Amino acid sequence: MLWDALTLQLGYNATLVTLGATMLGVGAGATGTYLYLGKRALVSDAISHATLPGVVLGFMVMVALGGEGRFLPGLMLGAALSAGLGLLAVTGLTTRTRLHEDAAIGAVLSVFFGFGVVLLTVVQVMDAGRQAGLETFLLGATAGMLRDEALTIAAGGAVVLALVRLLHRPMILVAFDPEYAVGQGMRLARVDLAMMGLALAITVTGLKVVGLVLIVALLIIPPVAARFWSERAGHVVMIAGAIGGVAGYLGAAVSATAPDLPTGPLIVLAAFALFVLSLLMAPGRGVLAAALRHLRFQRRVHLRQGLLALAAGQPVYEPLTLRLMRRAGLARADGVATETGRAMAARARLDERRWQILRSDPAFEAAAARYDGLTPLDEVLTGDQIAALDRGLGPEGAV
Amino acid sequence: MGQDFVMLSLTPLLIGIAAAVACALPGNFLLLRRQALIGDAISHVVLPGIVAGFLVTGMVATGPMMLGAAAAALVAVILIEVIRRLGRIEPGAAMGVVFTAMFAAGVLLLEQSAASGVHLDVQHALYGNLESLIWLDGYGWGALTDPTALAGLPPELGRMVAVLLCTVLFIAVLWRPLVIATFDEGFARAMGIPTAILGLALVAVAALAAVAAFDAVGSIIVIAMFICPPASARLMTDRLGRQVAWSVVFATLSAVLGYVLAGYGPLWLGYDNAVSAAGMIATVSGVILGGAALFGPRRQSVSRADATSLASTLAE
Repeated sequence: MLWDALTLQLGYNATLVTLGATMLGVGAGATGTYLYLGKRALVSDAISHATLPGVVLGFMVMVALGGEGRFLPGLMLGAALSAGLGLLAVTGLTTRTRLHEDAAIGAVLSVFFGFGVVLLTVVQVMDAGRQAGLETFLLGATAGMLRDEALTIAAGGAVVLALVRLLHRPMILVAFDPEYAVGQGMRLARVDLAMMGLALAITVTGLKVVGLVLIVALLIIPPVAARFWSERAGHVVMIAGAIGGVAGYLGAAVSATAPDLPTGPLIVLAAFALFVLSLLMAPGRGVLAAALRHLRFQRRVHLRQGLLALAAGQPVYEPLTLRLMRRAGLARADGVATETGRAMAARARLDERRWQILRSDPAFEAAAARYDGLTPLDEVLTGDQIAALDRGLGPEGAV
Repeated sequence: MGQDFVMLSLTPLLIGIAAAVACALPGNFLLLRRQALIGDAISHVVLPGIVAGFLVTGMVATGPMMLGAAAAALVAVILIEVIRRLGRIEPGAAMGVVFTAMFAAGVLLLEQSAASGVHLDVQHALYGNLESLIWLDGYGWGALTDPTALAGLPPELGRMVAVLLCTVLFIAVLWRPLVIATFDEGFARAMGIPTAILGLALVAVAALAAVAAFDAVGSIIVIAMFICPPASARLMTDRLGRQVAWSVVFATLSAVLGYVLAGYGPLWLGYDNAVSAAGMIATVSGVILGGAALFGPRRQSVSRADATSLASTLAE
């Protein structure tokens, strides 16, 4: 069953929904990257919660006009309008009053959501028969989704992705260095508006699948996860899109296997799993890589200090040092140096003495800055330089 | 009228006020420390804890659910800290990752369990059910002095009032260190105030208020009351003491007006059904914030106000 779902064998509708969710994930991951890099990730939380009044009002207007209340593009239009209003409110509160952005975000998301709930209770008594679908916008639902709706969602994701491709350069500049962007002649407000507009568009697109409470996760988690894998902004955008896409695909596919597996939470949890994987496994910034780096460093420090102790004729007691030296064949179990151990120790001692001379000579100031007690000198200086240095090397013990 | 009011409206009104004030009080400090969104995060992460508490005991009892909520809040704080440190991620994004993932886990758990059949459902968690907390034994104003009738008060009222007293006590006792640590952490540390512990205690008190209010009135009020009344109050005055007082006034006003508008507003407009009280309370608090943002005497940031006054001085 799960395999069937993952290979898109569960029928036409499930396949469409899965593909729509994938497209949505790609668009959301890519868009969210700019917000995350600009340290404004949580603005999307205000946007997503602010869609609720619009959804309900859109429904009410369409019913009042005698239409089908659940017509998805109409609801999306309403959502976009009220989310835009929410965004304006956040901007207004941040720029015109002394409140900080986090307070503005929290105020807008709770008030708009609260007002949406009020409207929802109005609809519930307005006409009980046709409103049944509106609560699904809170947490998303793909069961019984229509073909047109799935296509709308996929198309929305694709359009957002195309716009992201088009606006990549200005948005990345503004996210990293707004002042430089202004210096380049960019209109900050306009680029900001575009960035937020894209976030709004992807939020509105994802409402039906992921729901308005959780759509923010698709804008935050993939970029944060992608950031572990690369230091280049362009790559982070692509990786975030890929992670979002995989999360959307996995979540929608798994949710199609059983009736009580809600799509939104599954997509979010899939994204979170990918995040944990990135946190642990990514090379460079990942936890595992950092732990390995630390172990390697620790080993080098212990070996070096052990060798210096041997060279000075001091016994080695420290258990970790002793173990490392035995394993490297430098010492016996009782701490006495082997033949290689003595040779290596002499070399380490010579290296250390050369370093000491180097550090006391102002002419070598730049090279001296690289002293960390680990780097062999011949990685820093040429053979000639070392030979010149050795001329200042007095007899043993004179240093 | 008196009897209806005591039976149907008195307890929800009191619970609403207590919840609003209990959240607004620590909210003042969270706002100034730029941790305003902690209320948002807490009210999301407690969901899996509450569901787990329900699944373990198999019944809708407050004790285990509160324990579960507290445990979930603790797990979230640790997770955010771990992710922030290990991944070197900015706090806002780390919070976003954790609270959405935990909320998703909670929803999944809820849908998977039989819990969705009982009163526990996601809608309830989001916007609570303030209107249902009625006092069946409240036959009139006389019931307030009648011990048997008082025994029938909804337990949420006692809990909420107790939590409110806790927050008041916390802020009253630790007022000075809290104020100093909020405005100048370095100075506070130099004075020997344990700022890290104090910050953690503030978050713990906020979590306590959030969990209790969440149980009684749903998460939407919690988030709104943590932010809106203190934010409105911040636009009214420069002094922290007055700001706290204003925030209490605004929170109370939101709770009373919101409840009344939700219960009676539709009747005045000719509908015969009430709307969600929790949603209305949040809406009213937003209207108050809007008013404060447009007309509050201290709405502009200090630097901007200075610039304006400087400009007018120069013009003279």
